Amino acid sequence: MKILVAVKRVPDYQVKVKVKPDGSGVDTEKWIVNPFDEIAVEEALKIKEAGLASEVVVVSIGSAQAEQQLRYAMAMGADSSILVTTDNWIDSDLASKVLAEIYKKGEYGLIIMGKQSIDSDSSQTGQLLSTRLGIPQGCFASKVEIKDGSAFVTREVDGGLETVKLPIPCVITTDLRLNQPRYAPLPGIMKAKKKPLEIIPFDSLGIPYEPKVKVKKMELPKKRTAGRKVGSVEELVKALKEEAKVL
Amino acid sequence: MSNVLVFLQTLDNLVLKASLSALTAAKEIAKQTGGELFGVVCGESDEALSYGCKKVFFVPTPEKYFYSSYEQAILSAVAASAATIVVGASTSTGKDLFPRVAAKLEAGQASEVLDVLPGLVFKRPMYAGDIIAEVEIVSDKKVISVRASAFAAAEKTGTVSEKVSLAAVSDSGGEVVGYEIAKAERPELGDAEVVVSGGRALGSKENFESVMFPLADSLGAAVGASRAAVDSGYAPNDWQVGQTGKVVAPKLYISVGISGAIQHLAGMKDSKTIVAINKDPEAPIFEVADYGLVADLFTAVPEFIQAIKKL
Repeated sequence: MKILVAVKRVPDYQVKVKVKPDGSGVDTEKWIVNPFDEIAVEEALKIKEAGLASEVVVVSIGSAQAEQQLRYAMAMGADSSILVTTDNWIDSDLASKVLAEIYKKGEYGLIIMGKQSIDSDSSQTGQLLSTRLGIPQGCFASKVEIKDGSAFVTREVDGGLETVKLPIPCVITTDLRLNQPRYAPLPGIMKAKKKPLEIIPFDSLGIPYEPKVKVKKMELPKKRTAGRKVGSVEELVKALKEEAKVL
Repeated sequence: MSNVLVFLQTLDNLVLKASLSALTAAKEIAKQTGGELFGVVCGESDEALSYGCKKVFFVPTPEKYFYSSYEQAILSAVAASAATIVVGASTSTGKDLFPRVAAKLEAGQASEVLDVLPGLVFKRPMYAGDIIAEVEIVSDKKVISVRASAFAAAEKTGTVSEKVSLAAVSDSGGEVVGYEIAKAERPELGDAEVVVSGGRALGSKENFESVMFPLADSLGAAVGASRAAVDSGYAPNDWQVGQTGKVVAPKLYISVGISGAIQHLAGMKDSKTIVAINKDPEAPIFEVADYGLVADLFTAVPEFIQAIKKL
């Protein structure tokens, strides 16, 4: 069984993003693998290391620079990668169409990806992909077990957890608590430079460029101004009760 | 004249408060389109008839949630109402379900909507709320999932909606084999009105529990933690508040021994009132706190609890 893992290049969450002066997007200097996708890579590697998968392929959609994130995933241990190149804004719907095409080109048993990207925060792509492919989904997974041709996925539902049995192939999206991703070891980083990376231009996939959602404007939220320091617990409780009226 | 269908999620036959917030957003959207407002319930809920929908569709579904029956339920209500806009709350169920409905309808979806502007422009957070975007859905059909804390819950209208029963649906493509509803001792982090979060300064799991739990219980609050506290093993992963954890916006957020890294601030800075208790007067958390107390948490928190109890 091969596993396809989708990873997105996103701004580093440790660095504050800046809005471009015209509000059309953001500027950032430091980019990382979307943390939820890093968890997806880790989970795929664990499944492979348990002898339940033969190969882990990572795929990304974006600019040529997303190669850095694919190399990182390969340094963690993924076997090969695919980069679908485009400089256009890709909404969740288009991303799901691209991933569906990539899925059809290989014989994948699982597609794993983060439950959301930390830039657009939509949390849609995995569900859209599952629906488009007509294969089951296990979203917001906190535990994954592969057994007897099925994936047993423990996932967050309102008020608790539910475990679903999904026949393979299926789509899994990862929650933060699924695992702790490994650091890419130094020899892994060296090896990753030589691992295969296939470049597929978006335009060659025959998917019309028709995003359904357009971002018109981005702005910083109203800045929170620092309040005041209080001198004692007593003063704090008084302020919360009388000024903020929250007690 | 686009009709609007709102998904009224229920628990024990009562409509979730989050869905009543989505209903408020749905009413605003229907006002703009000039269309009718309809509701859909999976299961039963007489209460759902009290909020002014023209009709409410009821679809019998299996007892335990699995997306495939709910998806069919919403799609059959879409067909019955001729709605082109589907609205619901961004609960775990909503997050799982709405993109599926969007794919089936070839609709674009705006997630975690905070506001509905004229011309059906939606405000939504990106970059964990570091950026507020205005988005437009260009497809004819639209799916809107709403961040409940951004809209007031709809009130009962004193009218009774027409009740329409639709055919029962069942699940396919997978099955629920385990179900564990947490016997929550405290409210859920995501929808609690008060959240108390602890950081690395607590020093150990034992300290975290002995300081934060009584504080939470004195306020009926949910317990959160900084990434540093989670990474140090003081608190479980799913308590993490921050960009890579949960984004919360309660009425009152009390941070204890948290310095305030960017990624933590991204998860809580939309809280209405923020209190920070920290020994370091230079901690960045004080830059977003409405009330800052520079103090040793191990004496300040017990004192705070005593003061609360006297109120």
